[in-house]
Amino acid sequence: MTTIAVPSPATPGKLAFWISRNGPVLAIFALVFALWEIAVRALQIPDYILPSPSVIVVKIVVSWQLLLENAFVTLQEILLGFGLSVVIAIPLAIAVVYSRIFERVAFPFMVSLQTIPKVALAPILVIWLGYGIMPKVMVAFLISFFPIVINSVIGMRSAEKEMIYLVQSMGASELTTFLKIRLPKALPSIFGGLKVGIGQAVVGATVGEFIAAERGLGYLQLISQVRLDTPLLFAAVVVLSLLGVLLFNAVAFAERIALPWSRVATDVAE
Amino acid sequence: MIDNRTGPAAGDFRAGVPIRIAGVTKRYLSARGGEVHALDEIDLAIAGGEFVSIVGPSGCGKSTLLMLISGLIPATTGTIEVGGVRVKGAIGNVAIVFQRDVLLDWRTVLANVLLPVEIKKLDPVSHRRKAQELLRSVGLEEFEDKYPGELSGGMRQRVAICRALVQDPGLLLMDEPFGALDALTREQMNLYLQRMWLRDRNTVLFITHSIEEAVLLSDRVVVMSSRPGRIADIVTDDLPRPRGAHTRSDPRFIEHVERIRRHFLALGVLSET
Repeated sequence: MTTIAVPSPATPGKLAFWISRNGPVLAIFALVFALWEIAVRALQIPDYILPSPSVIVVKIVVSWQLLLENAFVTLQEILLGFGLSVVIAIPLAIAVVYSRIFERVAFPFMVSLQTIPKVALAPILVIWLGYGIMPKVMVAFLISFFPIVINSVIGMRSAEKEMIYLVQSMGASELTTFLKIRLPKALPSIFGGLKVGIGQAVVGATVGEFIAAERGLGYLQLISQVRLDTPLLFAAVVVLSLLGVLLFNAVAFAERIALPWSRVATDVAE
Repeated sequence: MIDNRTGPAAGDFRAGVPIRIAGVTKRYLSARGGEVHALDEIDLAIAGGEFVSIVGPSGCGKSTLLMLISGLIPATTGTIEVGGVRVKGAIGNVAIVFQRDVLLDWRTVLANVLLPVEIKKLDPVSHRRKAQELLRSVGLEEFEDKYPGELSGGMRQRVAICRALVQDPGLLLMDEPFGALDALTREQMNLYLQRMWLRDRNTVLFITHSIEEAVLLSDRVVVMSSRPGRIADIVTDDLPRPRGAHTRSDPRFIEHVERIRRHFLALGVLSET
């Protein structure tokens, strides 16, 4: 084998394929971490400024229970906020597509609200909702709500006029038209919104914890910062990133299940 | 629906429904607020099972006429009867094929063909067989379980035609169905369409930009002038069927094409040089 991983059609097996496809990225990561490790040791940078990767890994292993407990709290906030977004955004998108009043008044209003930095509302939410889980859920909700609602509206409007005529000529009711055309047509766009939304919800929950919290990964970061426990700070970042990747992939997986047709080739000659 | 056929085509002769268009005008407001006079005093009678093409310059209102007959948009004045029943709102006995195939990307080929069966709540078992037969007749039996994204343009339009025919429509409305296809595929599609029409004898109203295509396929060709759309001429085309590549060299074919082309010259749509 050469050191440069080229996707070769001759290699059988899933593992070989996976390595050939992801090998270069993994190699770059490995290189970056190696340089980081070497630099920290060679330059004798103290841990409280920049811990080396090995120190961070050790920290994660040692404090796994603490990280897991706090990750669970943050996960709860993310899921509640994101779930609330989905439950409210999708029916609202349907209302915007079907109702003139919602289209003319509510939708422009929502679009203008979107320009408010939701994070800036967090301190206000703390005053209103206290120090518990609620203000974080609300920030996660507010920040993930807009991409979902806007993408859903765009998706439901994307059905071609001919497509609607086609089913109407078959005598389809408005409900049938929605279920057979508008909704399935909108799904790729809705999933696009959900993928942006879940990432935003992670940001929202963490920022909510920065403002005021007694638990959670954001809170853990604040505490570590005050104590100059930089390795723990990094460990929290790692866990938070893993959480984000995990949630994003969960949505992407749901998309693959829901849209088997979107994976097919789009350019096939006769 | 009076007609309760459920079984697949087993040699039963099915006459298409007649159309009567009397004094139909269509005006509508354009997006800029001006009034567009799309169609003016259209009178046209089409017999059951007849294949009629409409040719005319862009913007002559031929697509509008098709939408009026389907009942999806209302006429400003005049009456339209399909199968002896006055059209008010979408009618059940009609199938439409558009220039764009409008296949649903999220459904397999077979599920796309079965869409009207689901919406009209027709018998699923016998129509599934019929859908499979139709797909076989256009050479797509191997593609039943593929998604439209895996098909070429010509294949997709064949699926769209099967979707229209699966519901045994008394009337088939086709709005430039082959306009987006390359010339060779287009000729192929013309022959598929003729074969299916000779078998089923639905009434077909076929809109096209191609004079040759209209003359090749039709019993009569309606020539329209533009803005407002009026009927300029109706050419009766009784060339022997089945028609094919040999028809194009028939002197009568050339004569019909020339007659229609002269209308376009007179209308200023075409010029001699």
